[in-house]
Amino acid sequence: MNAAGFPLLTLLTFLPLAGAAIIMSVRGTDEVVASNARWTALWTSLIVFLLSLILWVKFDRASSGFQFEEKLAWLPEFGVGYHMGVDGISVLFVLLSTALTPLCILASWESIQVRVREYMVAFLILETMMVGMFAALDFIVFYVFFEAVLIPMFLIIGVWGGPRRVYAAFKFFLYTLLGSVLMLLAILYLWYNAGTTDIPALFEYAVPRSAQTWIFFAFLCSFAVKVPMWPVHTWLPDAHVEAPTAGSVILAGVLLKMGAYGFLRFTLPLLPEASADFAPLIFVLSIVAIVYTSMVALAQEDMKKLIAYSSVAHMGIVTLGIFTFNQQGLSGALFTMLAHGVVSGALFLCVGVLYDRLHSREILRYGGTARVMPAYALVFMLFTMASIGLPGTANFVGEFLVIVGAWRINPWVAFGAATGMVLGACYMLWLYRRVSFGAITRDDVRALLDLSPREYAVFAPLIILTLWMGIYPQPFLSFFEATVAALVARHEAALSISRLAGM
Amino acid sequence: MFVGAIFFPLLGACLSGFLGRWLGDRLAQWSTVACMALAAVCGSLAFGQVAMGSHPATFPLLTWMDVGGLEFSWALRYDTLSVVMVAMVTFISTLIHLYSVGYMSHDATPARFFAYLSLFTFMMLMLVTADNLAQLFFGWEGVGLASYLLIGYWYDRESANRAAMKAFIVNRVGDVFFMLGVALTFFVFGSIEFDTIFANVAEHANDRFAGLPAIELIGVLLFLGACGKSAQIGLHTWLPDAMEGPTPVSALIHAATMVTAGVFLMARMSPIMEYAPVALQIVTVVGATTAIFAATIGCVQNDIKRVIAYSTCSQLGYMFFAAGVGAYQVAIFHLFTHAFFKALLFLGAGSVIHAMSDEQDIRRMGGIWTKIPVTYAVMWIGSLALAGIPFFAGYYSKDAILEAAFAAHSAVGIYAFVCGILAAFLTAFYSWRLLILTFHGKPRADHHTMEHVHESPAVMLIPLLLLAVGAVLTGAIFAPFFIGEHEHEFWNGAIFNGAHNHIMHAMHEVPEWVPLAPTVVGVVGIVLAYVMYMFAPGIPARLAATFRGAYRFLLNKWYFDELYDMIFVQPLRRLAFQFWKVGDARIIDGMPNGAAGIAAGVARGAVRLQTGRVANYAFTMIIGLVIFVSLFLIGR
Repeated sequence: MNAAGFPLLTLLTFLPLAGAAIIMSVRGTDEVVASNARWTALWTSLIVFLLSLILWVKFDRASSGFQFEEKLAWLPEFGVGYHMGVDGISVLFVLLSTALTPLCILASWESIQVRVREYMVAFLILETMMVGMFAALDFIVFYVFFEAVLIPMFLIIGVWGGPRRVYAAFKFFLYTLLGSVLMLLAILYLWYNAGTTDIPALFEYAVPRSAQTWIFFAFLCSFAVKVPMWPVHTWLPDAHVEAPTAGSVILAGVLLKMGAYGFLRFTLPLLPEASADFAPLIFVLSIVAIVYTSMVALAQEDMKKLIAYSSVAHMGIVTLGIFTFNQQGLSGALFTMLAHGVVSGALFLCVGVLYDRLHSREILRYGGTARVMPAYALVFMLFTMASIGLPGTANFVGEFLVIVGAWRINPWVAFGAATGMVLGACYMLWLYRRVSFGAITRDDVRALLDLSPREYAVFAPLIILTLWMGIYPQPFLSFFEATVAALVARHEAALSISRLAGM
Repeated sequence: MFVGAIFFPLLGACLSGFLGRWLGDRLAQWSTVACMALAAVCGSLAFGQVAMGSHPATFPLLTWMDVGGLEFSWALRYDTLSVVMVAMVTFISTLIHLYSVGYMSHDATPARFFAYLSLFTFMMLMLVTADNLAQLFFGWEGVGLASYLLIGYWYDRESANRAAMKAFIVNRVGDVFFMLGVALTFFVFGSIEFDTIFANVAEHANDRFAGLPAIELIGVLLFLGACGKSAQIGLHTWLPDAMEGPTPVSALIHAATMVTAGVFLMARMSPIMEYAPVALQIVTVVGATTAIFAATIGCVQNDIKRVIAYSTCSQLGYMFFAAGVGAYQVAIFHLFTHAFFKALLFLGAGSVIHAMSDEQDIRRMGGIWTKIPVTYAVMWIGSLALAGIPFFAGYYSKDAILEAAFAAHSAVGIYAFVCGILAAFLTAFYSWRLLILTFHGKPRADHHTMEHVHESPAVMLIPLLLLAVGAVLTGAIFAPFFIGEHEHEFWNGAIFNGAHNHIMHAMHEVPEWVPLAPTVVGVVGIVLAYVMYMFAPGIPARLAATFRGAYRFLLNKWYFDELYDMIFVQPLRRLAFQFWKVGDARIIDGMPNGAAGIAAGVARGAVRLQTGRVANYAFTMIIGLVIFVSLFLIGR
């Protein structure tokens, strides 16, 4: 059957739903329900995480193919099947999703006090959708998960969010949905011509050159919004600002990776010529994203907005790396995605720590917190430095590889990516200086309490991951080494065939 | 031993940083000092074995990255070049730690301070023992981080925070070029490990990249990186502001760690630089210009630490032009001797500041030399060494640099020589201006301060005395090894001189007057300082009034800060705000919001049909799906 001996990926995908069902069935007073919901959600997500570790152990890193595959005929007459499986590109994102969910539940322990049951249900459904999306190997199944992710996220922002939550939720939903409609058209076209929506089977189908351009732009519309790339990024800051802390963590940590994952999974292998043709466009958009959003981040007065804009800049590095089509660039992009998932998630948690205490995200509201919260200052400093890409932390590995990969394409592209290093340092240090340093001017800041044991528990795994990925990234890099090499080889082969045909 | 020299400081940093609260301040301080002392012992032993015994070695620790041919590890590389730095850094840093025990005794959080100091030292050690460019970059950025933390140590002061950020960001500008240099190195050599690069330089000597010679481009990019860290003209603005940190930090930044990294990089990359003659010429010109530029500013500054800071900037210029003319050994030798007397000067200045109740302005000092005789004596020794007066440490290295510049027999070499001689004159002048204004004349501080002037405790004086011994002796003892007759065996191939590069011999064969010139101008400088500040104290004020423009130009540091503020900082801020308020809010969001406005009217009717908004959209989605699927089925 597969390496695990049982349908592991299906279990990972749908186990959270079982947890959600249990939570739904709890009856009693509000307090009992809330407490039960918290514990059930935590245990469910922890079990899912432990199960997902099987992937870490049993995944064959030398193979570039899909593993842990499961196949069921669903609509055989239409060539649509239920097909799950992971390869080097997706396996770590499954793990990232399962690892961040319990942390998010833990982070929401005290900050969510109303409709706790519904909140936890939404989170578990969200986990199902995320894992399902990364594990899906059928285009229709993928599309269903890809779109369905929006629903729990929409609810989390819209119900438990800040004052402008409804506007933010709608902006988020409309932006991401509109992009997807075009992707659906592209999927239908592929299915119509190839007769299947099975992804490995689609890889064998050579899309005609003339159609590639159109499909490329259809995909681009959908994925660019999700990434988000400039200029369709403005939904992100609003969504982040209004989302509850844990919602921001998942949004930044996992949901932003969906677009880049789409590029890697579909655009590159299916549309090699169009990808090569439009790579310069992506480079320009990415560099604009890096420079432009870094500068916008510099002007922000809201902590979450600043980190949201920094996410856009980091995702610019990712898209840039993907379209270098070489091993360093692609590995760097993948690694940056993982690192950003951990680090920006942690940064949103850092903001959450302050928000839980004083209910304000305004930067100028704080100042001097290092004096009263030394442990917090250290944690915040670590993640600030990680976000800047200091060597020895996770982000550096990714950025370094992308810059090295980009140099092989064009030194100016590499230079554009590298300017992010300076601007990133500017806005993050400016943030840190105004929040943590300086003299304390307000009494409520002076009375702040340092991290609680629960908060330590939330941050500890993220700190370990950040340093581990920075100092000894090889265990992570080795996951995608073979897959990326195969992807590059495929891409080059496809291009050389088309070049021969053109001659 | 080899591993210990590097990792004891890290252990110390962790002990003091994480366990400081449980250990208590005293124990935390002394445990970091002990760790540093152990590291210094290891470092000295390593120096004996590697440099004196000619046994270079490399210790691999852990694979770092291995991605499609780009492969490198964490490793400790011990050759003469790195072991010289390890021994020097651990030794000086230990003394600075010891001194800090006394200097920071009134501070609220000394454990934090010691953790930062040790971290700083650890990062520098990682930098110098790197086996590849990426690990070097780790140390490179690491010292940037540690200096950021230390400069901003008193974080409730706005000025300290500003200086810390400035240091980090200016350094980052240089780092961008360093990073691009690394990317190009990989592009050319297919590796960023030193051994592979150095073995293949000759093969790639004629490679071109984008129409430019690749090796030259690598050289220039790495040099631009070095400019940031070593505060060369253009990227020097952070260094004087770094004075906001406690004084031992300044000593550490200026003497042992951080600013010397750029010079070290030039020496480390000597096999590449030797094939990049144009890059070397750029190094020479920038170095020489920095030497004279910083010296002119040093002459008019009034903050005791700033004067010394500009002298560091100027001395770094010397080291760079020495490297630029191909005399890397001499550059490292000056780096080595400079570490001793610059640490001495800074710690001495710290002792003065301590005595004067935290006063730093030399216009409000004076008349204290009898009250703090030991500090006064060591400041003299440091100044003598800095001015290159015969038989003090600086004499051997600075003279050698000027001889090498002269012996290069090139236009840039002569330019460097002239700048160097002028800077030597100014160096002597401002050093004695500092000494006289600080210690002699009538007391200009208020009565209250003068009453409290006292000599520092023994824990501060012992490091000062040890460094004073170093400032006197290191030149004479080590000159034969670094640049003299044992030079070849000592370096043992750690520094590469190309076949055409005979500078190490030529510098000994210059005309008689060349070695004498620096000493002569030095003495003239000292005499002039005595005339102007001791015997006829009215002259400086009259000069400043007569040449008002020039004076203001120097006092404001050639207006670099104002210029950068105008060109970069202000436009960036304005642009950032415009992008946000106009670009994002009006243009990008304007379109969908406008469209939404039109659509809203239409939609209002439709929305009424629905009970909830989510359902509305989910419904639309499904309807859409159905329509598309049907269309295609019909089409088929």
